[in-house]
Amino acid sequence: MNPAPLLQLRGVHTHIGAYHILHGVDLVVPEGEVTTLLGRNGAGKTTTLRTIMGLWRASQGDLQFRGQSLQPLTTPDIAALGIAYVPENMGIFSDLTVKENMLLAARAARHADAIDRDRLQWIFGLFPALQKFWLYPAGKLSGGQKQMLAVARAICEPRDLILIDEPSKGLAPSIIQNLITALRELKRQRTTILLVEQNFMMAKALGDTVAVMDDGRVVHSGAMAELAADDHLQQRLLGLSLGAHQ
Amino acid sequence: MSAGRVLDRVLSHDPPRSRWLVLLLLLIVVGLAVAPFAFPGAKALSVAAKLLVFILLVASFDLLLGYTGIVSFAHTMFYGIGAYGVAIASTRMGPGWTAVLLGTLAALAVSLVLSLVIGLFSLRVKAIFYAMITLAVATAFQTLASQLSDFTGGEDGLTFKGPEWLQPSFEPFDGPILGLDIDGRIFTYYLLFVAVLLLFLALLRIVNSPFGRVLQAIRENDFRAEAIGFRTVVYRTWSNVLSALFACLAGALLALWLRYVGPDTTLSFEIMLDILLIVVIGGMGTMYGAVVGAALFVLAQNYLQDLLKLGAEALQGVPVLPQFVSPDRWLLWLGVLFVLSVYHFPTGVVGRLRARAVQLLQRAA
Amino acid sequence: MNPTELRAALPRAAFDWKPLALLAAVMLLAVPAIGSGSTWVTLTVAGLAMGFIVFVIASGLTLVFGLMDVLNFGHGVFIALGAFMATSVMGGLAGFSAQGGWQSLVVVFAAMLVAMAVAGALGWAFERVIVRPVYGLHLKQILITMGGMIVGEEIIKVIWGPLQIALPLPDILRGAYLVGDAAIEKYRLLASAIGAVVFIVLAWTLARTKIGLLIRAGVQDREMVESLGYRIRRLFVGVFVAGSALAGLGGVMWALYQQSVSAQIGAQVNVLLFIVIIIGGLGSTLGCFIGALLVGLMANYTGYLAPKVALFSNIGLMIAVLLWRPQGLYPVTNR
Repeated sequence: MNPAPLLQLRGVHTHIGAYHILHGVDLVVPEGEVTTLLGRNGAGKTTTLRTIMGLWRASQGDLQFRGQSLQPLTTPDIAALGIAYVPENMGIFSDLTVKENMLLAARAARHADAIDRDRLQWIFGLFPALQKFWLYPAGKLSGGQKQMLAVARAICEPRDLILIDEPSKGLAPSIIQNLITALRELKRQRTTILLVEQNFMMAKALGDTVAVMDDGRVVHSGAMAELAADDHLQQRLLGLSLGAHQ
Repeated sequence: MSAGRVLDRVLSHDPPRSRWLVLLLLLIVVGLAVAPFAFPGAKALSVAAKLLVFILLVASFDLLLGYTGIVSFAHTMFYGIGAYGVAIASTRMGPGWTAVLLGTLAALAVSLVLSLVIGLFSLRVKAIFYAMITLAVATAFQTLASQLSDFTGGEDGLTFKGPEWLQPSFEPFDGPILGLDIDGRIFTYYLLFVAVLLLFLALLRIVNSPFGRVLQAIRENDFRAEAIGFRTVVYRTWSNVLSALFACLAGALLALWLRYVGPDTTLSFEIMLDILLIVVIGGMGTMYGAVVGAALFVLAQNYLQDLLKLGAEALQGVPVLPQFVSPDRWLLWLGVLFVLSVYHFPTGVVGRLRARAVQLLQRAA
Repeated sequence: MNPTELRAALPRAAFDWKPLALLAAVMLLAVPAIGSGSTWVTLTVAGLAMGFIVFVIASGLTLVFGLMDVLNFGHGVFIALGAFMATSVMGGLAGFSAQGGWQSLVVVFAAMLVAMAVAGALGWAFERVIVRPVYGLHLKQILITMGGMIVGEEIIKVIWGPLQIALPLPDILRGAYLVGDAAIEKYRLLASAIGAVVFIVLAWTLARTKIGLLIRAGVQDREMVESLGYRIRRLFVGVFVAGSALAGLGGVMWALYQQSVSAQIGAQVNVLLFIVIIIGGLGSTLGCFIGALLVGLMANYTGYLAPKVALFSNIGLMIAVLLWRPQGLYPVTNR
């Protein structure tokens, strides 16, 4: 691959209690691109993200970020390396206001006034609702708005890698379109993103590289363009074809 | 049927599974069985009787904590209800078997209702809530017992007489049998022995029944149990109720032995702590842990203090240190043992012995 | 758009005033029940003072639980330690204090500071040795923190002896101010003032500082705060130490309130603490505050109106509140 891998997983196994979830995951996330991680429910996609983030410990294998091993690090240290995480449940602090949520995400800022004004403007441009509900408790936002807040938190300060877990889940198509636009904007700025998605349309719209997981392993990886063009391959890996899933 | 198979059935297919444990248990059971004959003197008999009652009390707590995974601080409350039931009935109705029976039945009824109410109200909430609520309820009950002096004798408690056969003055035989003067105390002792034995075996049966297995499943992972289809609230409530009923019976037995009940004999928080200590050191979720733990505890409580006294005398003149081994501070050492047990012996004495037995088996294989 | 414009344009969240209304209602309903205005004033001040003291002690407990899901059944040992330290300090400085007036006040405050420092230090040790190994394991936490309390109390008995020690109030704090017919005890005013200061400092820290923000967020979703790059474990140790120090302060205040100290002081207050934090909502400081005041007021009102019932007033209050709001007055939404 031409771009240098920002993140590389080799033979990663993860156990949760007695359950062996990841059975040797090999994954390469090239820098400056959007890598999509696809697969059925239970394939291990979320577990992979959580393992990268250090929320669950890999029992075996190697995780390298810019050549540094993530294995011995705690979650806060991993985040401090420049990795942002948008979990499946969004991780919004419902009792805190939108402003406070953003303030937390801005590690460098002591109070809200210290958040980079220009960056905030840019985020408001992507997600106008956040400006409107700035002082509102985040728990009162709609599902789509919460998702936008979750993504906004991840980009509040420049990050090297953003992990996003199923952002389109449960959202209306128009909101999904908003998200795609926002993420495209990020992509334009060469932000590296590892995107877990079940919505193939969204994945296709954003992904440069794709990895497909099944039963705790990566069973296919390659360019998104290839997969998008090959109906048979789609059928085999994902049990669907682009035509059917629109 | 061979003796082994009979024994296995009696123990509900839950044998000790460790030679050392079998030895310990035999020692304890036989020791208790012949206590009046083998260990003469009022103190020894008293210790033995207390041990019997504690075995039952802690075993019933193990059902709740060890098998169902629930921490409840209200256990002493049910213990007290049983004791007060017998005491109040005997005081009001005059001593006799009717009083004892009615008192026990009334106490069981009250325990049933209370444990049901507490269970249903609190078991829907997190375990931590439940622990705190039971603590509050038990404390309130203790104060209640001290306050309702007309009914419960208040701080002074109730002194009463047992049925004729159990009274110390009752001496049916002219001369000593096997070197012992048989009187009502001895009869009381053996009543306790038989009752505790039967009730313990009943508990063993309960925890090894399908019901008991569901309890353990709930303890391990209540989400999963619920997902499989067991209504965890129902099972937890039942466990709560059964545990309370057995504790209540333990209280009734205690009352029969002491012929005195006061707020401190059954309801004090110290007793709750003792129960916790015993069940943890003995081994949670094993039933036999209650037996071994209670034996260790009661012996320690009565004889450790003497040991500490020796230590204190030996350290006389040394600054500060003698205070640490003062016999009054025996609880300190028990507390340290308790904390260490929770960390390093989470399975308790019984668990350790069983683990060793398994290790030895594996090495032999 | 500048911050002022931001602030002006947008809707604020509505503040949940109902529990405050409950507090006011209890105070108002007591007036006809008690009958005499002056007695009401005395009882209310007493109740509030008690409530403030309980709040000081319980605030640490509820934050520690909300933040790290650790229930410290041994919180009582810090109370006892604080109280006993006060006896030593005040005993040691008795000569200076006997000069009366401001000197005795200085001694009292010195006792409070020392108690806070020592209790805080013990809290640090307690967290490292006893609590840290059992994070997330509720059952073991309950058992171990209880065990820690037993050992702690026995060690206190070793150092200070097993008997009760008297802790008399210095003369300057004795007696009461007379407002009309009502007697308002001087010490109770001081206790209320200290409690109010603690509450204001806590509330301000939580609402206006980034650390406070981290605590509030951590109470809701610890993992997410870590994923955002914050070492919340360190923060937790800090909160635990602060909570223990506050318990020490509360111990001194309680001891002066009772004018005596015994090793059981911790266990006695333990139950009260649990009732307060359940009523308030585990993890909520404002809930803890209102819960503590309610408990203090109820104890004093029922103590006057129906002494036999007084001991159950707490439990009754708890049940009543839980029936209204099963998660407490200000439930903290956990993920």
